[in-house]
Amino acid sequence: MEIPYTSKPRPDTGLYNAKVGIWLFLASEVMLFGALFSAYILLRVGAGEGTWPHGLLSIPIGTFNTFVLITSSVTVVLGWASLQVGNFGRYKVYQAITILCAFGFLGIKSFEYRDKFKHYEVWLKNPITVHQGGKEVQTDRLLGHIEYEGHHPYFWNTARLAGSPEIKDKNGKVVKAAVARVESFKFQPDPIHYTMSPKEMAHAKKESFGHPHQEIEIKASDVKRLSAFVPSHSTFFAIYFTLTALHGLHVLGGAIVIFYIWGPGAKMWKTDPQRYMNRVEVSGLFWHFVDLVWIFLFPIIYLL
Amino acid sequence: MSDHSHSHGEAHGHSPEEVSKHKKVYIAVFIALLIGTVVTVALNYLHFDSKALTIAIALFVASIKATLVACYFMHLISEKKMIYVILGFTTILVIALMVLTLTSYAAFPNGTVTH
Amino acid sequence: MQASAHTDAHAHTHDAHHHEPSFLQKYVFSTDHKVIGIQYGLTALSFLLFGFFLMLCMRWQIAHPGQPVPLIGSLLEILIRNTDGTPLLAGGQMSPDVYNIFGAMHGNIMVFLAVVPLAFGAFGNYVVPLQIGAPDMAFPRINMASYQFYLLGGLTWFASIFIPGSAAQAGWTSYSPLASTIASYGQAFLLVGLVLLITSSLLGAVNFIATIIQLRAPGMTWMRLPFFVWAQFVTGFLLLLAFPPLEAAGVMQLMDNLFGTSFFLPTGLAVGGKIAEISGGGSPLLWQHLFWFLGHPEVYVLILPAMGVVAEIIACNTRKALWGYKSLVYSVLAIGFISFIVWAHHMYLTGMGTKISAFFQTTTMIISIPSIIILTCLFISLWGGSIRFNTPMLFALAFLPMFGIGGLTGLPLGFAAADLHLHDTYYVIAHFHYVVAPGTIFALFAGIYYWFPKMTGRMMNEFWGKVHFWGSFIFMNLIFQPMFFQGMAGMIRRMSDGGIQYAQKADAKLIGGLDKVYFDLHTVILWAAVGLAVCQIPFILNLFMSIYKGKKVTNDNPWEATTLEWQTPTPPPHGNFTKEPTVHRNPYDYSLPGAAKDFTPQNQP
Repeated sequence: MEIPYTSKPRPDTGLYNAKVGIWLFLASEVMLFGALFSAYILLRVGAGEGTWPHGLLSIPIGTFNTFVLITSSVTVVLGWASLQVGNFGRYKVYQAITILCAFGFLGIKSFEYRDKFKHYEVWLKNPITVHQGGKEVQTDRLLGHIEYEGHHPYFWNTARLAGSPEIKDKNGKVVKAAVARVESFKFQPDPIHYTMSPKEMAHAKKESFGHPHQEIEIKASDVKRLSAFVPSHSTFFAIYFTLTALHGLHVLGGAIVIFYIWGPGAKMWKTDPQRYMNRVEVSGLFWHFVDLVWIFLFPIIYLL
Repeated sequence: MSDHSHSHGEAHGHSPEEVSKHKKVYIAVFIALLIGTVVTVALNYLHFDSKALTIAIALFVASIKATLVACYFMHLISEKKMIYVILGFTTILVIALMVLTLTSYAAFPNGTVTH
Repeated sequence: MQASAHTDAHAHTHDAHHHEPSFLQKYVFSTDHKVIGIQYGLTALSFLLFGFFLMLCMRWQIAHPGQPVPLIGSLLEILIRNTDGTPLLAGGQMSPDVYNIFGAMHGNIMVFLAVVPLAFGAFGNYVVPLQIGAPDMAFPRINMASYQFYLLGGLTWFASIFIPGSAAQAGWTSYSPLASTIASYGQAFLLVGLVLLITSSLLGAVNFIATIIQLRAPGMTWMRLPFFVWAQFVTGFLLLLAFPPLEAAGVMQLMDNLFGTSFFLPTGLAVGGKIAEISGGGSPLLWQHLFWFLGHPEVYVLILPAMGVVAEIIACNTRKALWGYKSLVYSVLAIGFISFIVWAHHMYLTGMGTKISAFFQTTTMIISIPSIIILTCLFISLWGGSIRFNTPMLFALAFLPMFGIGGLTGLPLGFAAADLHLHDTYYVIAHFHYVVAPGTIFALFAGIYYWFPKMTGRMMNEFWGKVHFWGSFIFMNLIFQPMFFQGMAGMIRRMSDGGIQYAQKADAKLIGGLDKVYFDLHTVILWAAVGLAVCQIPFILNLFMSIYKGKKVTNDNPWEATTLEWQTPTPPPHGNFTKEPTVHRNPYDYSLPGAAKDFTPQNQP
């Protein structure tokens, strides 16, 4: 006996197997992202005063990426519609755009990530005076970039400033080279901090527009805490990276599947066109879901 | 294995006219999604004084966009009953997860959890 | 027949079966649901035995704290090492760390690697497609992937015991911050394994539900489904929708452990007397919510398939239809739904507000109603039956009171006020073990004895089956019954010294003191557990020897049952049925008046 309803729908449910499968899978995905969104809300509501960063992500980049994803979503569904009238060539073009959009989205996202890894917040032991929003401000928390020995280092944290000794294994082989201690580093502070309200941040940005960064020298001994914008910076960046990385994995997975069906798997169009269309439809449903998650992710993470 | 190779198009039974009508709908939804995105971003630059209003508007627009995607791109506007049943339960449960978790969190005596 | 069962020959001709499948294709990378079911079964039984072994070591430590583990102490001393390479069992004695490791792994292994895979993966895979008259699962290759993810996850956990610092120590609940503050990679291994297992169960659940919706044979309407299929259907939904929040939580805890985030770590957390270098701002309660959102439905994942197995066996061996089939079906659906909104009854002691407590107490009491309906229907089904007391039936019958005890003793735990006293005592252990050990595991034994002839064409030995049953029945009760008394007296669980602190104050009148009799019970429990282990030997031998030496079945339907799995060749070939069955009647048409025999198969017009 052969497995029935792989391409034709079962009469009483009106569905073919893969369609039931993908919707069940998406139901489970709803629960997965639902739990992460719950975590987001709970962490945000529970965040103490001045511990929930906002306004640190690039809205233009995020908006552009939203456009990219929406475009890929419409090309998926247009490609499927082309197949329905037997226009395989048109489908190939649409789906090629989808795949390009998917990798474009991931490329842009990885640039965004890289940017964050060398952007810092430093918590100082004693407040200093800096120029922010057109006026002199006393503060012990600064955002900005580090310059050390001519480089903008990635992933520095408090422990990195203290350096670390050489680590050898039992046989005396060096497992990890020694890291030199940092006495002091140059810091280019941003004109803003997320302890300001969104309005104040916008104002401070406008005021400082066109002015070069005022560089300061910070002694390691004055630093209470140093963190790049990495997951351990705060619960905001923790959930930001977790949510967007998980979403990014979905984009990657979806793109690979769509690519497979588009390229090596396209032989099936000749042998079993109905089943091939089903595959395109099912992979499309997944793709729209990924788009749908981003529709919520974008405002809550970039804007709010 | 070969009995369904001739069934091209039969399952959905969409005529070329119908499909081109659908394509117009897809383009319309696409434009609506672009507009929705622009509106959300533009409103964000206005910086309302009320945080609650900002959040409400952003989520409202996002919900409309999500509904459009789900209904038209994912064809939920005309899906089979079984799919609605599955998604109905899922929706109830995801709401239960969010609401009950947040309520129980809010129900703690002041200050014992957050600080 | 065989060639036509190729599931996806279009795109992937290279991995399709040839006429003579090689050993690897037939037994290791098989897409046949029956082979996958047996793979699940054997793997899960091995883990069941391993989890039992961990428990034996723990019971030894509880009864004889500080004394070297007999027989295997020195072996464990070599195998299990600390992060610095020193043995964790110096001189073969279980240190508190090892006790915690064994405890955490016992819980995790028994739930995720033994009972669920056996109940859902093994029986579900083998029996469901046969019972609904399907040629295979809807997605055979996804089914194979499901088993492979399960095996990989299981091996990850098993391997984690032997890494420096050994496995996770924070219980099966992995509460944060505890789970994020132990200096070993055990917890990370646990979480990675957990993600693999969740992937496995997600693939399995999608497959089961899609199969039941789509591949029912002609005439197999929803209300003609055997109750076992209904139970698996609901279980599928529980796995599908309850596991993802734990996956989310698992990923977040992994971030906490490996990338220094603070999802579940509060501001001002001190570890080892020092303020931890973390951002803080997280919520330990968030973990508990997400964990128990899975954790409670998981309890029903353990019990529903067991109820399904028992229902099948009772109907067959009473030679009459199940009493109240529709009540059973609606009850199992109700349990499935309500089980999602009772989870915080595990969290009364977190100090939740009274309103939210009241909500969860109410739903917890409500969920007991469908459970009791199911149990009652099964009991009434016995009434007036001509009962055959064979081994599967004995285990199925024992399930009823055992699950009854387990379920009813849960009621006091569902009330916040009573829970204040009983929480985290041995009472809780006794309660949930009555549900799962003499409950579910007995049902699974019943299932093994019942479906063994279909899988192999031979019967298991009845005499040794009965020895297995009576021994297990007596020792199970001797193990868990005393724990109720210990717990009600106030003895708390998770003590690596087995209660020396009580022994030092062996005076019930002192605060924190317990009468000596309560910790003397530890010895009773230890030897009962050893007895239980001994009673499994006839089962293991019987299981393997019957494959070759068991009495051959004389026909395809040795129990004279009505459901479709008995209307196939024995063992069923690839593709299951020689021709597509058509279903004409209800699942339990036993002893129909006027019928030629006392059973009328579902496919008989």
